[in-house]
Amino acid sequence: MDKRVVLYTVGLGLALLLTAASFLVASSHLLWAPGIPAGLAVLAIAQMGVHLVFFLNMSSGPDNQNNILALAFGVLIVTLVIAGTLWIMAHLNANMAPARALMEMSR
Amino acid sequence: MSAEVSSHDGPASLEITVAYGFWIFLLSDIIMFSAVFAAYAVLSPNTAGGPSGRTIFELRSVALETLCLLLSSYTCGLGLVAAEGRQLLRFFAAFALTFALGAGFLGLEISEFLRLIGHAEGPSRSAFLSAFFSLVGLHGAHVTAGLIWLCFLAAQIAVKGPESFLLRRLGCFALFWHTLDIVWVALLSLVYLMGSR
Repeated sequence: MDKRVVLYTVGLGLALLLTAASFLVASSHLLWAPGIPAGLAVLAIAQMGVHLVFFLNMSSGPDNQNNILALAFGVLIVTLVIAGTLWIMAHLNANMAPARALMEMSR
Repeated sequence: MSAEVSSHDGPASLEITVAYGFWIFLLSDIIMFSAVFAAYAVLSPNTAGGPSGRTIFELRSVALETLCLLLSSYTCGLGLVAAEGRQLLRFFAAFALTFALGAGFLGLEISEFLRLIGHAEGPSRSAFLSAFFSLVGLHGAHVTAGLIWLCFLAAQIAVKGPESFLLRRLGCFALFWHTLDIVWVALLSLVYLMGSR
């Protein structure tokens, strides 16, 4: 069998396994309840890695260095956008006067 | 050693540069998605007295959607390998399956949207639902574009045979389709699995 077909098949198996684990974690009490979001995040990141390696054929080979560098830059920007948004919006929310105080001020 | 060899071989082949350029486009697409993800994360607690994720998400149909998308990614990869090996019959079979599974995913998603809108829980109900419809709808729009692209590619290959420029386009399509799967993994975990708890 073609080497890439084997790669795709292994990737599908791993992806199905990780998806099933995510559903299990989310809908059972297997994990300590406050730890479930962290567990889901770990499983999701692992599955994204599986997709990158087995489906998108990312590797550390010489033809792939530019792809990996671009990916690293993309991950940096995505992290900045998401973490920055959450950080700023949480602070704005915390510093916002309560609705009642705003009503008083506008009188 | 091998890196040195390839740097002395002159410019990289078209297969590599085309895939690299398309990969950069896909990363920019992911960055756009990340902005919508951030908006969803900020807006999702604001249900304005309307329903929250726990009451409206049906995990069974979401699991089916995930299965459709994963399998279509797999058959898409098989189709690419078949086309590069000049096995046209296997290529068309794999891509017909890819289309059917992608369309099945889209059908499930549209039926979910229609169910919510039918219960007066459309995007205008609350900030949470606006963000939900934008994020899931954006991914669905990408899948729709992918299905249209898939049809055009299959038709081109049927007419012209597996020419090398068509194989490069096919490679780009496979990258696009797998990337949509990665976005769906994030969407499934953040929106559906965390939202339904």
